[in-house]
Amino acid sequence: MRVLLAEDLFLLRDGLVRMLEAYDFEVVAAVESGPELTKAFAELTPDVAICDVRLPPSHTDEGLQCALAARKVRPGLPVLILSQHVEQLYARELLADGNGGIGYLLKDRVFDAEQFIDAVRRVAAGGTAMDPQVIQQLLARRQSDRPLGGLTPRELEVLELMAQGRSNAAIAGQLFITERAIAKHTSNIFAKLDLPVSDDDNRRVLAVIAYLDQGR
Amino acid sequence: MGVDRTATKRVRGSLLAAAQGLALALLALTASIVLFVLTVVSLALIPIGVGVLTTPYLLDLVRAHATSRRRLAAEWAGMEIPVPYRRLPADARTGFVGHVERLNLMLKDPATWRDLRWLLTDMTAGAVTAVLAPGLLVEGLFGILLFAGLWTVLGDWWYAFIPVQGWGSAFLASLLGLVWIAVGLLFNPYLVRAHFAVARASLAPTGKARLDARIDQLTESRHDAVDASAAELRRIERDLHDGAQARLVAMGMDLGTIEALVEKDPAKAKQLLAQARQNSADALTELRDLVRGIHPPVLAERGLGDAVKALALRLPVPTDVDVTLPGRLGEPVESAAYFAVSEVLTNAVKHAGAERIWVDVHHADGHLRISVTDNGQGGARIGAGSGLAGVERRLGTFDGVLAVSSPAGGPTMVTMEIPCAYS
Repeated sequence: MRVLLAEDLFLLRDGLVRMLEAYDFEVVAAVESGPELTKAFAELTPDVAICDVRLPPSHTDEGLQCALAARKVRPGLPVLILSQHVEQLYARELLADGNGGIGYLLKDRVFDAEQFIDAVRRVAAGGTAMDPQVIQQLLARRQSDRPLGGLTPRELEVLELMAQGRSNAAIAGQLFITERAIAKHTSNIFAKLDLPVSDDDNRRVLAVIAYLDQGR
Repeated sequence: MGVDRTATKRVRGSLLAAAQGLALALLALTASIVLFVLTVVSLALIPIGVGVLTTPYLLDLVRAHATSRRRLAAEWAGMEIPVPYRRLPADARTGFVGHVERLNLMLKDPATWRDLRWLLTDMTAGAVTAVLAPGLLVEGLFGILLFAGLWTVLGDWWYAFIPVQGWGSAFLASLLGLVWIAVGLLFNPYLVRAHFAVARASLAPTGKARLDARIDQLTESRHDAVDASAAELRRIERDLHDGAQARLVAMGMDLGTIEALVEKDPAKAKQLLAQARQNSADALTELRDLVRGIHPPVLAERGLGDAVKALALRLPVPTDVDVTLPGRLGEPVESAAYFAVSEVLTNAVKHAGAERIWVDVHHADGHLRISVTDNGQGGARIGAGSGLAGVERRLGTFDGVLAVSSPAGGPTMVTMEIPCAYS
């Protein structure tokens, strides 16, 4: 799988390249600034791009803007955004086009190589990987505003993992229950929240996040 | 018709000015004279001690009298006369010592002596200009009355420069009276203005006083800024020392132990590795929170508008944010404005129990204007120790101002205004 990497800190860029190569990814380019990233997007055809939000020369949100611009040109181009901080504001912007293939994670998540690589693969396949912190913020606000009535604690747990973009199999693995039980929980959740049922994992995630984020 | 209306308006304005002039003349000839005499006597009695007791109270009265004239100047003539008095220290002592200190400070304030000078000019030039306004009309009327037959009663009479001895000279007097009335009708409002101009010459702060006041204000806000930044650095130092730094030490220690254990006891080593990783994750979280408190990342990346939007998204209360800013402002102003909004929002959520908050951020006439409105219980005040006092100080560094409208029962509206330009 061909990966485009944009990260300005040498240590982290180097570490990411080594990690990705260890998991049999092909890093087609590892760039360190906004203009280089724009050029790489134009010239290369990566299967997934991993970008830091903040890049030189402006040290503002150049990485994010480059990625959003590239997705305008190639809708659905898988992009995983890394940052030192996560903001719902940015998550909204990333999810706005509804095309999927979006990841938004704290840089800390690279500590757990397995999970990080899983997230990269998921995004590359057109799925979603939202940082647990984004989902927790959404849930916390949602709960203080209009509680998610009727959901059992277990269902809330499943909802949280589902919103992060995990598949039923992954959720089952994490909660140590069977996939069939998860399927039952998810259909209960969709029924209680009155959301349209969908077999497509990604549509499901986007629907849940949109539901949590609505009314603001 | 139009001419008629302006004429009526002019007559009415001139009559009003005559009434105002009469009131001002009475004030000048009573209050000003009495206060001047009493103050001079009181000052003269300072050496024998009695004056020490009475002078501050008398000077307070003089200041109240002067300030009421400043107010009248604004109300009657649209003339702004700024108040020039030096501020008394906030930590003034009470009792007799405080009384003497206050006297000392007042006597050292040039504005006190300028007030006394004003009392003198007010009872002379001030009284004359003021009394002319009604005087012209009354004297003019008197001239007409002379011609109407009054001269027969009064006998020989000097009307201005005309000796009235018969109908002929009485007729001349009435003509002169008409001239007086015409002059009064035309110039009365200007006479009242002239009175206030005389007052302003003594009552307004001199250029030097204005500069002094500005220097005082700048010195104070600079002190506040330096204090605040020193306290901030101290807090950051402590947070780093107790947080991230301590965690990195623990991590290094764990790694050392792992090195020693990795062959002897791999299971224990693995457990310590997990602990070390947890420590590094915690250190990162703490650093992230610290960074957010120093300069929020969204502010650096996107500027004030999006930073406030991101902040609103983190609040547990539904918050509408309306931003109209066509560009980036200077970083220091953005930062000050952000933390001010953050503090006000925290207040609204914590203390007001608001259910909905509205934030409006826009730039107009060279000022950044921010208003935060909530539907909470109200009763917010800029008191000592309150968060709002801190916000006021923070904005003061930028010559910004803060206004709070918060009646009991709500709603609360906090407005902030900072002069600034686009960077």
